[in-house]
Amino acid sequence: MEKIHKPFGLVRRKKFNLKQGFFLSLMRTFGFTGAITLFIILFFVAYYGLQVLSWDFITQPPLEAMTQGGIFPVIMGTVLLTMLCMIFVIPIGVTTAIFLAEYSKPGFMLTAVMMSMYTLAGVPSVVFGLFGLGIFVVALNFGMSLLAGSLTLAIMVLPYIISTSEEALKAVPFSFREASLACGATKWQTIRKVVLPTAMPGILTGAILGTAKVSGETAPIMFTAAAFFTPGIPKSLFEPVMALPYHIYVLATAGTHIEETRPIQYGTALVLILLVFSMNLLGIILRSRQRKKRSW
Amino acid sequence: MVDKNIFEIKDFNIYYGDFIAVKNIALDIEINRITAIIGPSGCGKSTLLRALNRMNDLIPSSRVEGRALFQGVNIYDKDTDVIELRRRVGMVFQKPNPFPSSVYENVAFGPRLRGIKKKSLLDEIVENALVKADLWKEVKDKLNEPGLGLSGGQMQRLCIARSLAQEPEVILFDEPTSALDPISTGHIENLLQELEKTVTIVIVTHNMQQAARISNYTAFMYIGELVEFGDTNTIFVNPANKLTEEYITGRFG
Repeated sequence: MEKIHKPFGLVRRKKFNLKQGFFLSLMRTFGFTGAITLFIILFFVAYYGLQVLSWDFITQPPLEAMTQGGIFPVIMGTVLLTMLCMIFVIPIGVTTAIFLAEYSKPGFMLTAVMMSMYTLAGVPSVVFGLFGLGIFVVALNFGMSLLAGSLTLAIMVLPYIISTSEEALKAVPFSFREASLACGATKWQTIRKVVLPTAMPGILTGAILGTAKVSGETAPIMFTAAAFFTPGIPKSLFEPVMALPYHIYVLATAGTHIEETRPIQYGTALVLILLVFSMNLLGIILRSRQRKKRSW
Repeated sequence: MVDKNIFEIKDFNIYYGDFIAVKNIALDIEINRITAIIGPSGCGKSTLLRALNRMNDLIPSSRVEGRALFQGVNIYDKDTDVIELRRRVGMVFQKPNPFPSSVYENVAFGPRLRGIKKKSLLDEIVENALVKADLWKEVKDKLNEPGLGLSGGQMQRLCIARSLAQEPEVILFDEPTSALDPISTGHIENLLQELEKTVTIVIVTHNMQQAARISNYTAFMYIGELVEFGDTNTIFVNPANKLTEEYITGRFG
């Protein structure tokens, strides 16, 4: 191949290549920066985190003023917060998405809902935290609790759930709706028996990715749910919980044993990253599988 | 001859916004016969067909004028129960569109909507519909497999079975074989002639040979208007209108 190109215009081409090559490698370098950053973070967290990661670390409660022991209640707190959050947000989000995708007509109502959704999606997470503090913790008197925290998280992730669900509903082909209506189904029967089941894998994928997003949030729970320390897992919705992101923050900044707890901080971070990664992975696998399976 | 015509259409116009898609149609469709509607693309034949079970309602800008009676009841009357109308006037579409569920669930869809829950009754309806659609032999061992896994021709017959399961009086076919190969097409044409004994069939087709082969009556439409309507033999052998003659001899279209 090389020989064929050699005789002609070699000099000019080389000059040109030099310039092009320079910018190409510049772009490559910048492009790789993201990947390298991720790799460094992962390496850093894994290197220190793996030193403490063990079966006991994820199944034991913290001991000795949190300088020893594990993070079991912390993991459970995050799991409970996100699960409860999903229980609140999925019905509201999916119902809103059905309204937007199937019923709404262009007009004031649709514009209002869409605008609020976009605005809500852009609000910084600490604002949600303050809002949750004001409404759920104080006004509704839920206190710093699992309930207040998961409701706050639910409001924060709502726009995401709505938009992924709406996309999933809109991806259901018109021909399915047509066939259902031609069978004498009402609009609601069509939605319930044809559109929703067809869109369900997409909706669930969105929910899983939403869960992954929520589980790493610190700001919305720090005023509404997260406790510095609880001895075990909460026994009611009205008890505060420990949570992975907040635990890292607490150990790294607020304790009296910041240096001693360094390994635990990294261990907690590693567990959080693994949790988020595995949920994202699950969501991505589900999504690619349903794309392959889709035969319409 | 009171109930000879299942549809009676008179002075019938269909608009999309300001555009008049179907104008001044007068057409009677005889019960338990096959009526074909032919004509070049964009002549309004599908629009007319979709008016008969009010599928045009799905297009927000569409509206109608005039009279279209089904069994003596005005289809577009305010009090007409659209759901019941669509139950009695089924439809099969151009592209086979089974639901992404099993063969069985596809056929049981209509009966389930009407509240039939008893398994034995549903089994019977499903089997009957599949037998009538000439699909039973091919799918009886894979009733629980996805309908979308069948071949194109089988999927279209599944859609016919799905429509038959709601015990319709009429089935509207919107170019049902244009996405199929010749063998599947022949299969479906034979099936339609078999069904004619119990169900009125209105079929829109691009394929003039198909209209000639299977229909009793043929309507020829051109730019929204009904040019000629009559006995299929007469239309194809001895058309009264010059335009019809030119179309069926393939001089345009």
